[in-house]
Amino acid sequence: MPPELLRMIIAAVIVVAFVFLNAMILGYMERKVSAHIQRRPGLMEVGPHGVLQLIIDGLKLIGKQLVVPEGSNKFLFRLAPVLSFAPCVLPFVVIPFSKKLQIVSMDISLIFILAMTSINVIAILVAGWASNNKYSLFGTFRAVAQAVSYEIPLLLSILSIILITNTFSLQGIVAAQKYYWFILIQPLAFIIYFIAGMAETNRAPFDMPEAESELTAGFHTEYSGMGFSFFFLAEYANMFTVCSIATVLFLGGWKGIPLPLGDYSGIIWFMLKVYGLLFVMIWVRWTYPRVRFDQLMSFCWKYLIPFSLANLLITAVLVKLL
Amino acid sequence: MGNLAENNALHADLEPATDIPNDNHYFLNMGPQHPSTHGVLRVLLEMDGEYIVEAQPVLGYGHRMQEKMGEHKNWMAFMPNTGRMDYAAALQYNHGYVGLYERLCQIEVPTRAEYIRVITSELNRIVSHHLWIGAMLLDMGAFTPILYTFDDREQVLDILEDVTGSRLTYCYFRVGGVCKDIDDKFVEKTRAFIKRQRERFDIYNKLVTGNIIFIKRTEGVGIISPDMARRYGVTGPVLRGSGIAYDVRKNEPYSVYPNFDFEIPVGANGDSYDRYLVRLEEIEQSLRIIEQALDQLPDGPFLGKVPKKMKMPTGDCSFAVEAARGELTYYMVSGGGDVPYRLKIRVPSYSNLSILQELCRGMLLSDLVAAMGSMDLVIPEIDR
Repeated sequence: MPPELLRMIIAAVIVVAFVFLNAMILGYMERKVSAHIQRRPGLMEVGPHGVLQLIIDGLKLIGKQLVVPEGSNKFLFRLAPVLSFAPCVLPFVVIPFSKKLQIVSMDISLIFILAMTSINVIAILVAGWASNNKYSLFGTFRAVAQAVSYEIPLLLSILSIILITNTFSLQGIVAAQKYYWFILIQPLAFIIYFIAGMAETNRAPFDMPEAESELTAGFHTEYSGMGFSFFFLAEYANMFTVCSIATVLFLGGWKGIPLPLGDYSGIIWFMLKVYGLLFVMIWVRWTYPRVRFDQLMSFCWKYLIPFSLANLLITAVLVKLL
Repeated sequence: MGNLAENNALHADLEPATDIPNDNHYFLNMGPQHPSTHGVLRVLLEMDGEYIVEAQPVLGYGHRMQEKMGEHKNWMAFMPNTGRMDYAAALQYNHGYVGLYERLCQIEVPTRAEYIRVITSELNRIVSHHLWIGAMLLDMGAFTPILYTFDDREQVLDILEDVTGSRLTYCYFRVGGVCKDIDDKFVEKTRAFIKRQRERFDIYNKLVTGNIIFIKRTEGVGIISPDMARRYGVTGPVLRGSGIAYDVRKNEPYSVYPNFDFEIPVGANGDSYDRYLVRLEEIEQSLRIIEQALDQLPDGPFLGKVPKKMKMPTGDCSFAVEAARGELTYYMVSGGGDVPYRLKIRVPSYSNLSILQELCRGMLLSDLVAAMGSMDLVIPEIDR
């Protein structure tokens, strides 16, 4: 076997394993953090402080039957979860976990990530349409409208960083933050990116597509077992991707005070920053009510997009002048 | 669908919600199993995209013939049923029922018993509002407030459990008084709760009242004008949210309520946010009533002299109380004997629900959830 192919296979296995591990850590974190926000102990039964609960949950979901509703498009219904999960794994290939730990170093890695994360919405569209359920279809309408709108401020805020660094390579962007983090010179872009990122990943308070109390569970109402868990994994993988881009673009990526661990200190700093942002996401979710759909759209078109455009313009002028 | 067409004809004089022709509309069944219809209410929605053209509540999924049961049982046997209509505010249902018999048979109730009734009823009102705040916010996608309000709710339920023996479906009042006296421990714990609850308002305000998303979701949503409220016979906090200061405790005083100094909070605009504020203030007013009642609590018997087999005079009688959701009236026609010839229960949620159809016309689906949540419907009370 050629060494290049072997390397690819090992990398693929590691990435998928990491995605599952990340979903488990995030799932545990979400349930534990929400529990403490709500002043209850949370997971306590399986293992010490319930750390093994997510493994049990995973086994349970694998063991469950995937019920295909009557009158649904069976092929598309089964395809949608896979379609949702597969593109979410790919961004992990280019995320720079540390100076050396990056599976493929591409010059256009940022564009690659943005392209991959956008595919998720098609999977939601397929899932909602194939389910043959009005609530699912509702969730799908909302998801598509939301994703299309929030893509714009997301990209505009990223563009203002690109103008400064002149590169789409994530390693290049990290290297450009040698003396200061970009959050210091682009705070508005960071806020806009983070809000749009939360909306992109359908997290509360922007969890319109799966609003439990309005649409029962939105686009994944009809899914059970592994079908459901693929959406679940995809959501957590997407959250990780959004937060790692935020870390790379605004928080200096893997850079930090050197720890006595050699090259491993980079990965520790990177993970700390990413999980810090993920914690904020979870914190927001368990504090705020859900916004209304029309308010969500008007917030995007009336506030986020004008502000990010203005920010981009100012950045462009300043970059030209300085 | 037939019913809906009839209803459309009924409201033909009203402005249509949209100009789009009807073949773009579709139907959506919200319920009977839906997370935010709380129980088995079904709302048949005619939708135009995300907008509601017509919302028709469909009832009858939890009907238990409570009124008919009341016509076949003497008061003692029917007593537990009263607590099972509005499970969130059972003591007020107890109160209305025993009050009805006391008024018809002219039974004297010891003053201490009336005080105990007021204290426990008001505690029950607070508990009911706790449940409502949590449930409404849960409908709107905020998961945390319910656990905070349930934390407080547990405190009261513990107090009530000590004295009544149950936590939810109380059967504590008796014709002529209450079945068990309260002790010093009860008074002490209740005072401690009042102190605690006043401190907790701060948390509620920080978490919910001032929350920008909550305000945006509820302000101007589901506006019930005073005129509309009167037309549908809406009562309780929903009516008071529309600015009408009607409260049975003040307007038609019963028990020992005239002895207490309390205010009726009213809203300004009649929207969901006002209804929220009214209920929050009602908790404070209930605390005031309990405080005064504990201070004035007289000694004496807690159960008056009541004949074992009650002889009811012929005639009819009604008794109204202010339940947590509005005016609750028991009406009875007696033909002598010990069971009523006819028992009619007028429940507040039923009239409050009837407003839904007119209220929801042209609303977004998300607003329906917020508006319905702010009305605090208890379905087993409607389907009694």
